[in-house]
Amino acid sequence: MNVRKHASAFAVHAVLLAYTALALAPIILVIMNSFKERKAIFGSPLKPPSPSTFSLIGYDKVFGDSSIASYYINSITVTGGTIFFTLLFGSMAAWALAEYKFRWNTLLAIFLSIGIMVPIRLGSVALIQLIAQLNLINTLTALILVYVAQNIPLAVFILSEFIGQIPKDLREAARCDGLSEYNIFFHIILPLLRPAMATVAVFTMIPVWNDLWFPLLLAPAGGKQTITLGIQQFLGQYITDWNSVLSALSTAIIPVLILYVIFSRQLIRGLTSGAVK
Amino acid sequence: MSEVKIEKLCKSYGPIDVLKDIDLTVEDGSFVVLVGPSGCGKSTLLRSIAGLEPVTSGTINIGGKQVNDLPPAQREIAMVFQSYALYPHKNVYDNMAFGLKFARTPKAEIDQRVSEAARILQLEPLLKRRPRELSGGQRQRVAIGRAIVRKPQVFLFDEPLSNLDAALRINTRVEIAKLHRLLKATIVYVTHDQVEAMTLADKIVVMNAGRVEQTGRPLDLYYRPANKFVAGFIGSPAMNFIDATVAKKDYLEFGSGVNLSLPLPKSCKVGERVTLGIRPEHIQFGARAKIQLDGKIDIIERLGEIGYAHVALPNGQTIVAQVNGEPNVGNGQTVSLALSSQQIHIFGEDGTTLTA
Repeated sequence: MNVRKHASAFAVHAVLLAYTALALAPIILVIMNSFKERKAIFGSPLKPPSPSTFSLIGYDKVFGDSSIASYYINSITVTGGTIFFTLLFGSMAAWALAEYKFRWNTLLAIFLSIGIMVPIRLGSVALIQLIAQLNLINTLTALILVYVAQNIPLAVFILSEFIGQIPKDLREAARCDGLSEYNIFFHIILPLLRPAMATVAVFTMIPVWNDLWFPLLLAPAGGKQTITLGIQQFLGQYITDWNSVLSALSTAIIPVLILYVIFSRQLIRGLTSGAVK
Repeated sequence: MSEVKIEKLCKSYGPIDVLKDIDLTVEDGSFVVLVGPSGCGKSTLLRSIAGLEPVTSGTINIGGKQVNDLPPAQREIAMVFQSYALYPHKNVYDNMAFGLKFARTPKAEIDQRVSEAARILQLEPLLKRRPRELSGGQRQRVAIGRAIVRKPQVFLFDEPLSNLDAALRINTRVEIAKLHRLLKATIVYVTHDQVEAMTLADKIVVMNAGRVEQTGRPLDLYYRPANKFVAGFIGSPAMNFIDATVAKKDYLEFGSGVNLSLPLPKSCKVGERVTLGIRPEHIQFGARAKIQLDGKIDIIERLGEIGYAHVALPNGQTIVAQVNGEPNVGNGQTVSLALSSQQIHIFGEDGTTLTA
């Protein structure tokens, strides 16, 4: 019995480790090679940097290039803005759909869930036209608007499930305590939704940070490129500056990693325990 | 004056009538218990008073002011929920102070009211704790504290003891009774437990299927139930009911040769089908009595000081009789049961009590 238990635990861990290695290998490769000379990147791409091949030339170039810094700021602004507005409007919509009975309640919920099923990229042409008419081409606002629209359906879906789990008595106790509906939302519901919001934030953040499609279509120039797009300047038709590309990619991991650490700390279960028996 | 006056209150969910023509007065400072089986509308009535449920028609007055269209916060009520409904992300102090903060009460007054409530409820050492760090009984006290600090005209309790274990329930019941004396508060209290109702109430309102069956002092309901439902609901174990036919004047036939000669209310007509009701505690064993039924003991449940014998009558019906002390009775034994005539209730076919 014990042996079988150990064997199955070993098998599970073996599978997980294999998957982790598979997922991490490209990232490790990128980081490793970003610390190597150009010749060594091509000569022995799988070897870690040695004293003879070690070089920081890529990082020198990336940090020396002032536009790269502004691309970082663009990416952080877009990602942060998207998370903020997705969470704010998503949770408000979820609260309204879960708590209030009104005429178009079900229809609205279905309408929002269609947004989960239909990929927003199908509407790219219409979106370009719309953004152009609004004079928002080459602005971060355009990106934030599109990303918020893209992410709200899933956010509403996840958050309304969580709101459903918040005991009804809590909201009614707050009503008896004289809180307005807005205060109930901001002082009772939002604090209890923190774990769910962290989940949504993580789901929202990573695709937005990594996206190349909408930056390319809606903000390809004017210094409003995001970092994923900005890196493309090192990729040439005839010659590619691999040192810079790899260094920029390595540094691009850091902000999103920090955000992830912050949000994952919020993913604490059982925050509502003790509210009601 | 914090009297609650409810007139002709109706509430329906679509075609379903949950409350039908409720009239109820809760006098200033009195403790009124709404009691009834689940689904009888007692919680809905309480929530209507609180303003958490809109009513279909009728009026609710609190302290002489009609409150039908006021939101809960403006009705000067405080509600204690069955699940306590404490804010999980706030400590005990903040839970109690929360409503006051939103009412822009000055900080010093909040402090004073919270510490007074904490003193009354012995919560002082727990003020900095979160709800999840408290036991069930402590959470219950915080929930009551949150109601006290608001200084409401009326306290509304929605089955506050249901989530506590048996021993704690009895303790807390006594605490609530003491609190009522101390605060001289007007309280409306919902429970499905008739023991809570009997021990706490100045006035009990027995509800069934959206109607008030009877309103009265606990012992009035116990000794003079208005109908079969109240008679069966109040008292534990429940009253025995035996179906009978009035064969002739002052003579009941139960079938299979079981008959009783006893004084019946004058309104009983010969040939009418009636129900005889007698509480287990009003039946005595063995004694030669005027009104007597013979039967065989099926089983005896002994609780210590008293016990309950389930006695099968020859007509197949079983009645429960209280056994005091340790008399010489055992399973399978044939016994005579003496019924005291003052304690016999006769109910007509529609369930109402027939009186002389």
